[in-house]
Amino acid sequence: MTNGWVDIKNADVVLVMGGNPAENHPCGFKWAIEAKKTRNAKIVSVDPRFTRTSAVADIYAPIRPGTDIAFLNGIMRHAVATGRFHEEYVKIHTNAPYIISEKFSFNEGLFAGYNAEKQEYDKTQWAYEADPKTKAYSVDHTLQHPRCVFQLFKKHIDRYTPEMVEKICGTPKDQFLKVADMVTSTGNAKRVGTVLYALGWTQHSVGVQMIRGAAMLQLLLGNVGRPGGGVNALRGHSNIQGATDMAGTFEILPGYLQTPRAELVDLKTYLEKVPPKTLNDEAWASMNYWQNYPKFMVSLLKAMYGKAATKENDFGYEWLPKVDGNYSWMYIYDDMYRGSSTRAGGTEPAPEGFITFGMNPVGIGPNTPKTLAALAKLKWLVVGENYEIETATFWDSKKTEKYGGLPSAQIQTEVYQLPCAGFAEKDGTFTNSARWLQWKWKAVDPPGNAKTDQEVLARIFLAVRDLYKAEGGALPEAVLNASWAYTNPASPDLGEVLKETSGKALADIPDPKDPTKILVKAGEQLSGFGQLQADGSTMCGNWLHSGVYTQAGNIAQKRDNADPTGLGMFHNWSFAWPANRRVMYNRASADAEGKPWDPTRPGISWNGEKWVGDVPDMKPDAPPGQFGAFIMNAEGVGRIFAPALADGPMPEHYEAIEAATDNILHPKVTSNPVSKKFKSDKDLYGKKEDFPIICTTYRLTELYHYWTEHTAALNQLQPGFFIEIPEALAKEKGIENGGRAKVTSARGSIEGVAMVTKRLRGLMVDGKPLWHIGFPIHWGYQDDPKHAGPLANFLTPTAMDPNTWTPEFKTFLVKLEKGSGDGTPRT
Amino acid sequence: MALQGLEIRQSSAGLRGTHTGIRNLPIVSKYIDTTICIGCKACEVACQEWNDLPLAQTEQVGTYQTMPETQSNYWNLIKFREVEPVEGFAWLMRKDQCMHCSDPGCLAACPAPGAIVQYQNGIVDVDPERCIGCGLCESGCPFDIPRYTVGSNKMAKCTLCVDRVEVGLEPACVKACPTGCLQFGDKSALLEMAAHRVGQLKADGFVNASVYDPPGVGGTGVITILKHGDHPEWYGLPKDPHVPTAVSFWKKILHPIGFISMAAVLVGLAGHFMAFGPKKPKDFSGDTGDNKKDGAA
Repeated sequence: MTNGWVDIKNADVVLVMGGNPAENHPCGFKWAIEAKKTRNAKIVSVDPRFTRTSAVADIYAPIRPGTDIAFLNGIMRHAVATGRFHEEYVKIHTNAPYIISEKFSFNEGLFAGYNAEKQEYDKTQWAYEADPKTKAYSVDHTLQHPRCVFQLFKKHIDRYTPEMVEKICGTPKDQFLKVADMVTSTGNAKRVGTVLYALGWTQHSVGVQMIRGAAMLQLLLGNVGRPGGGVNALRGHSNIQGATDMAGTFEILPGYLQTPRAELVDLKTYLEKVPPKTLNDEAWASMNYWQNYPKFMVSLLKAMYGKAATKENDFGYEWLPKVDGNYSWMYIYDDMYRGSSTRAGGTEPAPEGFITFGMNPVGIGPNTPKTLAALAKLKWLVVGENYEIETATFWDSKKTEKYGGLPSAQIQTEVYQLPCAGFAEKDGTFTNSARWLQWKWKAVDPPGNAKTDQEVLARIFLAVRDLYKAEGGALPEAVLNASWAYTNPASPDLGEVLKETSGKALADIPDPKDPTKILVKAGEQLSGFGQLQADGSTMCGNWLHSGVYTQAGNIAQKRDNADPTGLGMFHNWSFAWPANRRVMYNRASADAEGKPWDPTRPGISWNGEKWVGDVPDMKPDAPPGQFGAFIMNAEGVGRIFAPALADGPMPEHYEAIEAATDNILHPKVTSNPVSKKFKSDKDLYGKKEDFPIICTTYRLTELYHYWTEHTAALNQLQPGFFIEIPEALAKEKGIENGGRAKVTSARGSIEGVAMVTKRLRGLMVDGKPLWHIGFPIHWGYQDDPKHAGPLANFLTPTAMDPNTWTPEFKTFLVKLEKGSGDGTPRT
Repeated sequence: MALQGLEIRQSSAGLRGTHTGIRNLPIVSKYIDTTICIGCKACEVACQEWNDLPLAQTEQVGTYQTMPETQSNYWNLIKFREVEPVEGFAWLMRKDQCMHCSDPGCLAACPAPGAIVQYQNGIVDVDPERCIGCGLCESGCPFDIPRYTVGSNKMAKCTLCVDRVEVGLEPACVKACPTGCLQFGDKSALLEMAAHRVGQLKADGFVNASVYDPPGVGGTGVITILKHGDHPEWYGLPKDPHVPTAVSFWKKILHPIGFISMAAVLVGLAGHFMAFGPKKPKDFSGDTGDNKKDGAA
């Protein structure tokens, strides 16, 4: 979230798309209700299903699964066409005036620079144009230059008329316009609106571009940086934000620093190539905060390798793994299944072992038959969990044969199941969607032999280190030099880990304003990332979390609910990264002079000497006009045109990888041209002729992922798997409510209880009726037999977003029949 | 049952119920705003946990609703209904439970002295010791709430968490509600809040929005905000609930006639005797609760 949960109460309009917070975030959703009760705010729900959120929304509009970009582009076109956007904001806080390279173009569904063979773009063709004289960015503040971002953007979205939106999305024009009018009513200084989204946007082959669409819309309406505004990702698990911050995926190190690649041979090269450079050198210049990258990186290396990291050895940079291939989920499983990895150009062996904690690969990955077959090729598998989950018994063909699992006798994998503590059985922090690191205290001891994750990992690490000491091995330095300075090395105290994450001084840090004084004494905790040094005199496990554990103690434990702002910022409640800032980009909440757009909802304001209000997202004493509002962007402004993503600088409507219809905008380019398919014999993709119905998957309030279906009280509330089917479609297929239905994709078939409902309806798409159905994901073969249900991902394809490699769970193709009642799933 | 702390306003078969005037207890109420209920069922679980009710066996039959009706061991339930008003579509979610009527039909119909009581604060409660399991309360309830526990053959229903209310806490369901669609307090204050909310809804174009507090039962201790107030039946609520005529006739006309009343009491006691054999009535000044513990001590 750019803003936070409580901040939703400050909104006038709450647009919920690609999410169903009433269902999946009921406690956070209270703030949308609060806005409704106290400000008469309007909740707008755009969803393929009439959901629990839609039930309490003021406006609902149906949309065909996967077509949100067309809808968002349509709203933006409506905003520009009717003048309902925040022009002053757009001029000063976005890149609308910036001029783009002559090389940029968009034709027939493809942006300039497309390489059809590699399915990749050459992004340099979308670059900003540098002024030949000043070498700085070329800008046209009148927004008239034909190659300025605003004009390119206007041209790009011009095709998305309300009629076109209806043709693509199936949303009746009048309902679309009702939404568009409500959302664009915030395109001014007086009003403000927020956008809430979740996996309904991320889990598409165009997922990142959907979110880009929301970011552009919010910039256009002047809603980014303002209390009650922003683009707000509702994270799916209690600590998924924390996991991402701490390098949850292969391409990042903690704090979103880049994982080194082989060509970045040493620290110097890495620090030259990786941090973004700015062309700005004039007034309203960019702070380009990433220029501090060396401080973050060196402090991280000092945290990782301690005293072994010295200036002479590049602080241990060469011990970091270098990543040249794609090691995201589907690629790992593809390697595992095929038995080799060709990601880095050559051929390497596939992984022979796999360690999994706090997840359930058989449940969560797409295309279950491929997941099961891939796991069967492992030599060993370690599963650390509260329950015996599907992954731990993947070898049991009595359970898996209906999902295409191999006979048990053919599987040689050694499976180790380690009982692990649940969330209430250990201390630590949860980082919520609002970026708040909140300490939690252990409620009960783990049962039996169950151990905390940190103890399990620590013991494995210590044993591996002993083996390295005794026998040596590949790249021993990375293991032997790892800093492990915990009081109890076999079970590190998470308070100590948090201290390490937050950072401390390793030598006296002089005060930059007065070098005769000491800012931080050696051994003291730092107060924030502003004190980090690039010379090895500080260590910090994650610069973004710096300040969570200071000399004053563990800030994540703070629970003071005083709110002098009245805006729900609660600066003394836990710690919000970065720097305890509650609304990111809050410089944009004020105008060019530093006056809040809306004095009743100020983010920060300039008092003549400094910025006051929220923790400023700006140099605290930099007067208005000195720096652009978006300090993390090299150009210093918000991006309506983003020359950074894999699949284009502006969002374009593409059909899902399993496309239910032709792309009426450009028939030759149906789906995302840079989203790659997999090619193994297990990667089957369906065609609309064989599988004419769109299917989507989702979650329920009553259950949590693949976990709580082991809890009897919750099974009582949602006793089993079901398939939601529109009434007219059910009638056509002879399916009755409460009867059986069978859904088949190119991967297999599952059966379940039919829930025939008015909440899903067919939509007219380009003059033709299209149906969509859906089912929740929570069940599997390890549940209480009374409640066990089929694995939802048995049906989903190995299709993905090209930026994040997130699977396309939200739009795939199926056919629907009356169920036979004989149990089944089957391939 | 916790009877000591609260004065009884009226009681079934008219045995007790005197307003002493010593204590000044406000009329309490639960407030349900169906327009912001998200149907999360936290109230269902909270009720079950607070009241130590056993888990129910349920199965998926094609609905989000946990079970078709409340049960003797499942006292509140979100009812999900799909309706099509003139314009658009609505998925209505309403928490179904005992309405704690000001003029409770169950109490009027009950022949067992003191089995159903209404406290001065308006809460309608059941005393299982005195319940004879005859089932007449069911016929007296216009909301179809009272249910029987198989085995013990006693009626059970929502107590409005009288044990919590007595010590100044809100009912468990209200405590658990994440959106604030459930509130608890002094009924007059909640009616003001409800009027404000209805005003908001009307301004938003829902001209039939209303507070469901039906006069036919003297008003209820559970007031409900309905967006479509002209169609309470869409929410599974009776349009104009009344205590059935036969029951009110019994209660209001026949009952005051001492002889017949006495006869009814005897019938009730006879039923009780047949079901449970001779048993001394509990002394209300003593511990009515954990006898086993006393015995063990």
